[in-house]
Amino acid sequence: MGSANTNMSLKMPEVDTSVVSRRDDIINRLRQIVPPGPLGEGVIDDPRALRAYECDGLSAYRQLPMVVVLPETTQQVSKILAYCHENGIKVVARGSGTSLSGGALPLADAVMIGLGKFNRVLEMDFDNRCVVTQPGVSNLAISHAVAHRGFYYAPDPSSQIACSIGGNVAENSGGVHCLKYGLTTNNVLGVEMVLMNGEVIRLGGKHLDAGGYDILGVVTGSEGLLGIITEVTVRILRKPETARAALIGFPQVAAAGDCVASIIGEGIIPGGMEMMDRPAIKAAEAFVHAGYPLDVEALLIVELDGPQAEVDYLIGRVQAIAERLGATHFRLSTSDAERENFWAGRKAAFPAVGRLSPDYYCMDGTIPRGRLPEVLTRIAEMSKAYNLGVANVFHAGDGNLHPLILYDANNEGELEKAEAFGSDILKLCVEVGGVLTGEHGVGVEKRDLMPTMFNETDLNQQQRVKCAFDPDGLLNPGKMFPTLHRCAELGRVHVHRGETRFPDLPRF
Amino acid sequence: MKPTSETDVLDAVVAAVADETRLEIAGNGTKRGWGHEVVASEILDLSGLSGITLYEPSELVLTAKAGTPLRAVTAALDEQHQQLAFEPPDFGPLYGAAPDAGTIGGVVGCNLAGPRRIQTGAARDHLLGFRAVSGRGELFKSGGRVVKNVTGFDLSKLIAGSFGTLAAMTEVTVKVLPQPEKIRTLLIFGAGDADAVKAMSTALQSPYEVSAAAHLPAEQAGRSSVSYVSGSGGSVTAVRVEGPGPSVEARLAGLRQQLSGYGDLEELHSSNSRTLWAELRDVAPFLSGANDMIWRLSVPPMSGAEIIADLSLPLEFRHFYDWGGGLVWLSTPAGKLNAASRLRQAVMETGGHATLVRAPDADKRETDVFQPLSSGGGALTARLKDNFDPRRVLNPGRMYRDL
Ligand SMILES: Cc1cc2nc3c(=O)[nH]c(=O)nc-3n(C[C@H](O)[C@H](O)[C@H](O)COP(=O)(O)OP(=O)(O)OC[C@H]3O[C@@H](n4cnc5c(N)ncnc54)[C@H](O)[C@@H]3O)c2cc1C
Repeated sequence: MGSANTNMSLKMPEVDTSVVSRRDDIINRLRQIVPPGPLGEGVIDDPRALRAYECDGLSAYRQLPMVVVLPETTQQVSKILAYCHENGIKVVARGSGTSLSGGALPLADAVMIGLGKFNRVLEMDFDNRCVVTQPGVSNLAISHAVAHRGFYYAPDPSSQIACSIGGNVAENSGGVHCLKYGLTTNNVLGVEMVLMNGEVIRLGGKHLDAGGYDILGVVTGSEGLLGIITEVTVRILRKPETARAALIGFPQVAAAGDCVASIIGEGIIPGGMEMMDRPAIKAAEAFVHAGYPLDVEALLIVELDGPQAEVDYLIGRVQAIAERLGATHFRLSTSDAERENFWAGRKAAFPAVGRLSPDYYCMDGTIPRGRLPEVLTRIAEMSKAYNLGVANVFHAGDGNLHPLILYDANNEGELEKAEAFGSDILKLCVEVGGVLTGEHGVGVEKRDLMPTMFNETDLNQQQRVKCAFDPDGLLNPGKMFPTLHRCAELGRVHVHRGETRFPDLPRF
Repeated sequence: MKPTSETDVLDAVVAAVADETRLEIAGNGTKRGWGHEVVASEILDLSGLSGITLYEPSELVLTAKAGTPLRAVTAALDEQHQQLAFEPPDFGPLYGAAPDAGTIGGVVGCNLAGPRRIQTGAARDHLLGFRAVSGRGELFKSGGRVVKNVTGFDLSKLIAGSFGTLAAMTEVTVKVLPQPEKIRTLLIFGAGDADAVKAMSTALQSPYEVSAAAHLPAEQAGRSSVSYVSGSGGSVTAVRVEGPGPSVEARLAGLRQQLSGYGDLEELHSSNSRTLWAELRDVAPFLSGANDMIWRLSVPPMSGAEIIADLSLPLEFRHFYDWGGGLVWLSTPAGKLNAASRLRQAVMETGGHATLVRAPDADKRETDVFQPLSSGGGALTARLKDNFDPRRVLNPGRMYRDL
């Protein structure tokens, strides 16, 4: 959302005034832990400078942090957390601040820890096919670091120039290539992280799978609620020999959906498979001039990657499927430049749509792909009812839908309307068997919708995982869970023998 | 007890919590020997919860009750030319159980993964969601039935490989993928361990999308039922490529060129390839020697052969490598535990872990089955257990004696 409004209709945890009243002490103590260094200030407390941290990519929600600290070493992070833990001070971690769900939204009574100074790639280990890096390094910088040997890091969120690998782990981020190559969780081998009490632990490494519980797996995607990640080991892959993309246009959305299903049904898993609807095509074409056809209802970009022989062979099969299903437009990239141009439109879809309207709101639900035509029809109906435009881009291969709702925050009540529209879309995703978020995370944005997908017992069990890491609930509170229960309360076992039907069970 | 519905499972656990009794959680029990002996008053046999409840090939998802035989899942997938891409091994025979008798819940509970682990991941990477009864006596669910989902904590990862110590799964939803059209395996003859690891690393660093890489020292190669492998008389290194026909041919040609310096080369076609990789997946070379202890080492790929070279165990041992060198299978005669701590130490220094997958109960009483945890990791593990199973009702002691 591109608005400058401060919207705090959202209920956040009550501000701890006893902490805020100690602000000067806290700042002094943090300065001792992180003195200014060659990389600049260690602590930021000036309100003007703090503005830079007041929101993340979900900019409708803003809040100045109490103070920002920028540590450079794991030891400093450990000392900061131990200090905050002892003093009951909340903590919010921030990577590059590109979260679209408000995961890095500050709290008025919390210390924000910025990981920007953790900006070094530590080791490139080609023989073991992995990279060890600090968490503040951008996603794309990892690929750049290993490009000279023909390697890359596969998950590629559209924000990859900016977003940090630590943030990617925290959000379990995806990208256009994750149908074939997996999300962050399938590509992270290990982390070093600091728990809220200051303890430093290592999970995983350069080997595969856990020797005990897969704690790394649950930390990935935990949205900064379980610990602060201070080092990441990711697997790297050799770049495919070639890649070619096809632009395929259809007169109906349903036919495009069938085409996606048939490609997968025939056993082909493309490197990327994206769909755009007419408004998104139009906006992207006007912005980037990618050569998109304007007379179609749905446009697919299907990219095949691998050895030349494979790509040529599979492109032929994709073309046959598309023609059989009545594609009215089929164009193959004949050079890398042309292929990148095909993608340029899709990758710029958000800003392109942003040009149509003063503000836009990006949603992120996943649906069983077969329900796409029905879901798009209902979104169109909602669009009419709310009188707000919408453009849809879609990671078609895995059913991850990004409706972009167009609104103008300067019009009284329109932001609230856009949010209500967005909630309705996400509820629809759940209703058809999908989920609230495919890759952007719950954060504050979808927090209050969690009960549409999970009942109280489900949510309590998730919170108990939080209790194992952060029993006082000091790390990033107010995110992900609609209601925070005290761990002591969650720990109680309520079981009454008399209530069971157990005696009827057959026994050996 | 053999419940036939989710409510029955719930009732059984609730009763155990109330009565402070303990339950051993089992599917068909084919891998009961993996882990410490569980001291429980009863077995909660989940094999009565059986059946595929949802299978949508074009959505790449399948949901089944936890006790569904893996065989049934594989058969349904075969009909649509799909598969569980993580190649779940059949470890039953290692423990004296009948072949091909495991359940899908057991596959997930042990976080199984076959040779394709290096390319497509383990059970953990394919579990999209599940329903389960926690040791608190509560039925809960996590995840969903779509392949891309980050809604809430990813408890699927935690439950995969928890060996029934956190919750009794009643239903699982997994991601499924197309079967490859064609499979070929390139064999390299006569390489020593260190060279074989280099060859595998070369293959895995190539752009040829290798889907498995393993190395069999001469003695293990000799046990293969594939004559190309057993007949060579020496060691065999195997590199697999899968995919559409023209692609497989092109990639094989590329690999041949890159690997020709490591020894004589030979190609296995689909059927022999399948046999060989199933043998490696199921640890078939160790099937004889029913009393031997079997270790499974997960280490950085370049470290496996170094550990074996440095070990110079003062006793006979047999070994082979999968996962490009990152998975080492090691077998030693029973009762010889003095090597355990040195082995664990060497593995720990690489950051990896060693699991004593099979050993006589007497030996398992003397040593840990799972790699001992660091103090921080151990405390966190205990707190996680406390938050799922505070009364220690489910599989007590199976992974760690005091949990
Ligand atoms: C234009 C645009 C396009 C995008 N496209 C995609 C896309 O294609 N796919 C996708 O998945 N996402 C996408 N995103 C969302 C966003 O980029 C990702 O979620 C990204 O991973 C966030 O990284 P970050 O470094 O900016 O994290 P931040 O926004 O700073 O933080 C995100 C969360 O992670 C936590 N966190 C950050 N660093 C750490 C750490 N070191 N330790 C512990 N917790 C930490 C924070 O507390 C917060 O909860 C897009 C965003 C934008 C603005």
